[in-house]
Amino acid sequence: MSSREKIFSAIRKNKPESVPYTEPDLTLVINYPDLLTQFSTVLTAIGGSCKEIASAEEARQFIASIDKGAFVIDTTGDYPLDLARLSPTELSAVDTAIIRGGVAVAENGSIWVTEENMVNRLLPFIAQQLILLIYEKDLVPTMHQAYERISVNETGFGVFIAGPSKTADIEQSLVIGAHGPCGMMAVVIRN
Amino acid sequence: MKDHATLAEEFIRDDARTNWHDETLWFVRQKRDKAAHGIPEWEQLREWASQIKNHTLSNMDRYLEEFEKNALDNGVKVHWAADATEHNRIIHDIIKSKGITRIVKSKSMLTEECHLNHYLEEQGVEVVDTDLGERIVQFRHEPPSHIVLPAIHLKKQDVSDTFHEHLQTEKGNNDPTYLTRAARVHLREKFIASQLAITGVNFAIAETGGVVVCTNEGNADMGTHAADVHIACMGFEKLIPKASHLSVFLRLLARSATGQPVTTYSSHFHKPRAGQEMHIVIVDNGRSNILGKADFRNALKCIRCAACFNTCPVYRRSGGFSYHTAVAGPIGSILNPNFDPKKYSDLPFASSLCGSCSNVCPVKIDIHNQLWKWRQELSKGGHLPLSKKIMMKGMAFVLGRPALYRFGGASARWVLRYMPFMVKFKINPWNKQREMPEAPRQSFRDWYIQNKKK
Repeated sequence: MSSREKIFSAIRKNKPESVPYTEPDLTLVINYPDLLTQFSTVLTAIGGSCKEIASAEEARQFIASIDKGAFVIDTTGDYPLDLARLSPTELSAVDTAIIRGGVAVAENGSIWVTEENMVNRLLPFIAQQLILLIYEKDLVPTMHQAYERISVNETGFGVFIAGPSKTADIEQSLVIGAHGPCGMMAVVIRN
Repeated sequence: MKDHATLAEEFIRDDARTNWHDETLWFVRQKRDKAAHGIPEWEQLREWASQIKNHTLSNMDRYLEEFEKNALDNGVKVHWAADATEHNRIIHDIIKSKGITRIVKSKSMLTEECHLNHYLEEQGVEVVDTDLGERIVQFRHEPPSHIVLPAIHLKKQDVSDTFHEHLQTEKGNNDPTYLTRAARVHLREKFIASQLAITGVNFAIAETGGVVVCTNEGNADMGTHAADVHIACMGFEKLIPKASHLSVFLRLLARSATGQPVTTYSSHFHKPRAGQEMHIVIVDNGRSNILGKADFRNALKCIRCAACFNTCPVYRRSGGFSYHTAVAGPIGSILNPNFDPKKYSDLPFASSLCGSCSNVCPVKIDIHNQLWKWRQELSKGGHLPLSKKIMMKGMAFVLGRPALYRFGGASARWVLRYMPFMVKFKINPWNKQREMPEAPRQSFRDWYIQNKKK
């Protein structure tokens, strides 16, 4: 008997009688009077930053005006045609990555980013600074509404990103910038 | 082998460090409370999580089949391992067949349980642990002492010494930011060069065949997206039916673990990227056996948040190594006796049965009940140490004879009053680090009889 069969037969023999469960009832879940304020407050508290901008055009001007270092990859604008095939060594030199984010969650400051958005899966993790561009209309109160809005397997890889990479593994002292971005900013376009 | 009490005694020899350990973990517990109290429906969330997990356990075969089918459709290779040896062999075979030499691994308690690193080392294969805490303990040839905070037993000067030796950092520079930056440079080199990345799995989704991995550092992602091969290892109990259930578990996990609203990265892996290979190894290693035990099966609901560690008065003051196992703390004390009742017979006794573990558990495992049931189970199975057996027999004898009990009480009070040195000797465990109480003049029974007459 293969291990697969062995495991299945042991599980079938030992599992208890089926027990039902109730699906989460969203009327029992917290809501926030102002999603953007909540999102911005949480994201700032976890080491990220949040910039509210009136329009897509102004967002573009704002991003152009800030210091992003020498090597910038902007997947919302023009980016290298071979980005998907760039090697980890090449990507390790990226100073700032600018990526379009999807649904954003007020309760925890996280933003859903798909493989399609990032083009190269390593990009949002290996860049020194990460800027995620989102729309206010994509804000939801909690993870429950977020999962209602997305299809987790729409692309081969997707991730909720909440702030910059961090660690507290040395004496519980928080250090921002473990292996990944040392800074993370959400640029929220209000309409 | 040394038992919990002996190892704990070694840990608490350093008073200042013990207090630091205790206070630090209590601080994490307080952060958890604050995060939980920010969610009015917290208790409802725990109930949903518990129900989903119970339901999944009771339909495990069906959901595993569904998961496997969907993962295969996604282009992922699925492997089944009946035990730790098979799990390790599957991974080694993949490494061997491709002639891979550069391997990075993010945190996975399953690979600790299976002693994967040790196994691969014996085959001449080196694995670099990439979680900062795990890298620190790996340099020191120690196991992790906590499932979420692997290096919580160390002070920053210990880390500084270790990094000075291995990463040539400045001697005596104990600044956590400086030390973390040094590890960042070192590990980014390893990520970029890696050919194979091994990760654990926090949740596996039956309806989509995907796996979710949560980290704060981003180490699982740096490894998997740089390497040509990704192997994700999971015990079968990581399964949940639907993607929408992730909302319940992700809301609970980080808040329970560290008091964060969510981990920095919650990564959903469904398909290998173009040109990459992805494997999932599904492991039993005794889990199907636990599934058959009505009293103990719900320990399989565990999502490895370690809230029970941080709240436990025994864990906080005895340290992870005193549990002599990969998963320590209260949850480890009820899981490990399933695997080896003799070797882990001491663990269910490493508890005051205060019940705090059950109160903080995000998936409502009745940890303290199971600790108590394990004590009975181990006693029935003849796994108790001789001293405990004699003590229990003696207690039963005395408690069954009221006259003898009263005489015993009177004698103890007399001895404590007039000859305290009789009980203040080394082999009396109650005398360790304790002052003996002042003996009352009379017993409660005598007082009661006397006062009832009035």
